[in-house]
Amino acid sequence: MTRIAIDPITRIEGHLRIEVEVENGVVKDAWSSGTMFRGLELILKDRDPRDAWVFAQRACGVCTTVHALASVRAVENALQLRIPTNARLIRNLIAGIQFVQDHVIHFYHLHALDWVDVVSALSADPAATAQLAGSLSDWPTNSTGNFKTVQAKLKTFVDSGQLGPFANGYWGHPAYKLPPEANLMAVAHYLEALDWQRDVIKIQAMLGGKNPHPQSYVVGGMAMGVDPNSPTALTTRRLSEVTELTQEAQAFVEGVYLPDVLAIAGLYKDWAGVGAGIGNYLAYGDFPEDDSGQPEAFYLPRGRIMNRDLTKVEAVDHIGVGESVSHSWYTYGGDDGALKHPWDGVTEPTYTGPRPPFDTLEGSDKYSWLKAPRYEDQPMEVGPLARMLVAYASGHKDVKAGVDGILSALGVGPEALFSTLGRVAARALETKLLIARMSTWQADLEHNLDTGDLAIADISRWDPASWPADAKGWGMEEAPRGALAHWVVIKDQKIANYQLVVPSTWNGSPRDARGRRGAWEEALIGTPVADPERPVEVLRTIHSFDPCMACAVHVHDPAAGSGVEIQVV
Amino acid sequence: MRLMGGASVTTRRSSSGGPIVPRPDHPVRWGRPMAHQDGLYDALVARGISRRDFLRFSAAMTAALSLPGSYTARVAAAVAAAPRVPVIWLEGQDCAGNTEAFLRASHPTVAELVLDTLSVNYHETIMAPSGKAAEQSMADTIATYPNGYVLIVEGGIPIAEGGIYCTVGGRTFESIVRDAADKALAIISVGTCAFDGGLPAANGGPTGAVGVNTVAPRAKVINLPGCPLNVQNLTATLVHFLTFDEWPAVDTYDRPLFAYGQLIHDQCERRAHFEQGEYVVAWGDEGHRKGWCLYKMGCKGPETFANCPTVRFNDRTSWPVKVGHGCVGCTMPSFWDEMSPFYRRLPTPPPFATEVTADQVGIGLVAAVTGLAAAHGAISYARHRRQVAAGTAQTAETVPAGTATMAESTETATSPSPDDVVDEKGTDQ
Repeated sequence: MTRIAIDPITRIEGHLRIEVEVENGVVKDAWSSGTMFRGLELILKDRDPRDAWVFAQRACGVCTTVHALASVRAVENALQLRIPTNARLIRNLIAGIQFVQDHVIHFYHLHALDWVDVVSALSADPAATAQLAGSLSDWPTNSTGNFKTVQAKLKTFVDSGQLGPFANGYWGHPAYKLPPEANLMAVAHYLEALDWQRDVIKIQAMLGGKNPHPQSYVVGGMAMGVDPNSPTALTTRRLSEVTELTQEAQAFVEGVYLPDVLAIAGLYKDWAGVGAGIGNYLAYGDFPEDDSGQPEAFYLPRGRIMNRDLTKVEAVDHIGVGESVSHSWYTYGGDDGALKHPWDGVTEPTYTGPRPPFDTLEGSDKYSWLKAPRYEDQPMEVGPLARMLVAYASGHKDVKAGVDGILSALGVGPEALFSTLGRVAARALETKLLIARMSTWQADLEHNLDTGDLAIADISRWDPASWPADAKGWGMEEAPRGALAHWVVIKDQKIANYQLVVPSTWNGSPRDARGRRGAWEEALIGTPVADPERPVEVLRTIHSFDPCMACAVHVHDPAAGSGVEIQVV
Repeated sequence: MRLMGGASVTTRRSSSGGPIVPRPDHPVRWGRPMAHQDGLYDALVARGISRRDFLRFSAAMTAALSLPGSYTARVAAAVAAAPRVPVIWLEGQDCAGNTEAFLRASHPTVAELVLDTLSVNYHETIMAPSGKAAEQSMADTIATYPNGYVLIVEGGIPIAEGGIYCTVGGRTFESIVRDAADKALAIISVGTCAFDGGLPAANGGPTGAVGVNTVAPRAKVINLPGCPLNVQNLTATLVHFLTFDEWPAVDTYDRPLFAYGQLIHDQCERRAHFEQGEYVVAWGDEGHRKGWCLYKMGCKGPETFANCPTVRFNDRTSWPVKVGHGCVGCTMPSFWDEMSPFYRRLPTPPPFATEVTADQVGIGLVAAVTGLAAAHGAISYARHRRQVAAGTAQTAETVPAGTATMAESTETATSPSPDDVVDEKGTDQ
């Protein structure tokens, strides 16, 4: 057996180290380690709860905005505020374009290089590439001329000897299966998506002042004037600019992203049998479509799927969430295996790993800065696949039609969903549904403004003197990478405790007190590794979750018996 | 008055007293050794950019940098001649927000190409290889371009407990920054965390986070704080470096004056309402809908130095105050503690302009910055001529006397304050 350490895992947000043990070319065991700690929860203590969202938003700049939303929801929940219709719809629009932009960036800029051999694109025939692309969609740049230009650019780039971010990639690895033409098409769209993402996210600048880290939330609603008759407020005219960008986003999603995903997935169908993982899926649900705050009114539903059983959707309550630290670099004062609900959560960093520089975490009982969240003591997977499965099993009309359509296009059965490829497809389907839904929310917003409703925030509890001495709240949300929640305890107008349980903590969780692996660790079991020096297959499965942290993956291949050879790759 | 960032100004000194201009006889400048092929202008032409667009870009950069218009040709020439600059971009205690800002580089097409035309050899968020292969990309860059690459650092550097709060490849982030900084030609800190530790350094943070200045030679470092930074300022700073072989003039916090030389308050589109005594006092009130001043909602614009109102974000689309939320002061030192609570109005109200004295703060700073811009242009030009003539670099200059005096004079301003204006609704918490 060989133990391989991969650190840094790149093309993610944050710092991730993965160690895996490989035997006979297959992963037998895996460890996921978050290698960076900031202490956000400790920094938030004693601060003004109305400020918390500004701090919390900085948990992530890639899936920016999502922590701001979870934070204001948690404080609003604690103060029992109900936000106005305008604020609800504007929040949906900001979150909606975040999903769409983030998912597309993930596919092209963070994940595609695991499937697409950039160097191979040099030997493609541009005319055949145009034919291939034309068979998938009528996107205007799918022309021989454009592919020729892209290929020439690529050639200049490679010939310069300065390969930049593409240097030392795993080019030529036998796991790359696409024909040169598909590779060239993907490279062209990689470049096109760079321009696209920059444009469409302007919706967040219009509604939030900037991206990343939009700055228009307040506890109780949004910090912006809405008034069709004031040029300095959010007007119908400004919303028409949002419409233009939404249309641009939708055109690319339907004309480029979806066809590319289906085409590439069709050539990697064996990956529908890899990376299944733990089989428990958790979705908090999101995108409220009325003002009740009830999950029944969410566009994407709340629920759980256990043991891949799509015949039942289990209930979800925030009280079911708990975190332990048996294998994490924290202490609970002697009871590290206890599942603590976040209201009672404790963040006491206690590093017990090897002193740097180190080659392996082997032998470290605690091995990550991530805690181990569990739902009613069960490990869960979160993310687009979890959301689509919960919606599918709930009978969601759009999702059902979409999932069935993709399965039929690929010629695979529902069991293919539980896989590395399933995550890629679920993300694409979700993008398609959300960009279409944004028009509905915007129409609702315009209609509401037409009725003369200009309310944007509930300010009845803006003054902290109006608060109870003790209050507790929770804010649930779906972020692009999965179920996200913040919990806040307020005492005497200040934050007494603040805890975040984020998607990549669920997915990247280390083992728990009972030794059960987290979602990434479990999904890696059985992943083929043709060349331990170049473990691109491990990256495929890890990236299919779209990790959001700053860590690394260790591939670990212990030789039989006690002598374990450590390879740092 | 606290945090008067723009007051005392010194251009960069190296530890030996000279500027960090590479020696004229230095074998390596940008890119490959001795390389001046692959000029950017050629690259732009190859990508279908017209000369007219290129010159328009150069003019915009000249303006952004507060250079005299006559510099446009020089900017264009310098940028066009540069081969791709090798870059190592390190991420420590970060959120990748500055990386995302970088991906939004948006000065239509051309600035994007300037950034494309860097050779980003190591950047964990975008690079193809992982693990050891990724580390090889960094080692190759340092070995191939000693003193010839730009190091960009994002995120705080935790130094408590031997640096165990952030490791990459089993090494502490601190040691990685030190090694990469050693052979870097120049270092840019992007965002507030790399500037002074930022969020992880805020009160309560246990990791001992510090900024790049603490672990790398200050003489090499220029700071572009902001949460995240405005990518336009990164582009302009790089263009300045290409044009003059050195950083633009900076303030006491090593922030370039062209971007951080003026108060937000003095450039704010809502300023007239401040002068008129028209304030938002509750979210969604009439003033909020009409775009009145956000001072009473806690806006930190009166004490924050940055060019957000003029440059704005996302291809000049907007900025927070335009939308309706106050500035949180994110370009300022220790802003997470110094500027919060974010909704509490500033303890020292900014004075009104009066008919007799106008606004002391505004006048003082505008005069100072105008003077600085002019002085900077002249100094840069003079330095350039000296360098050309003598092949030597000259030592740092200080700005003309009087700048500090003007700033100090604001401390004694006794204009009426906005807090004298009675709140009609009385809810100006």
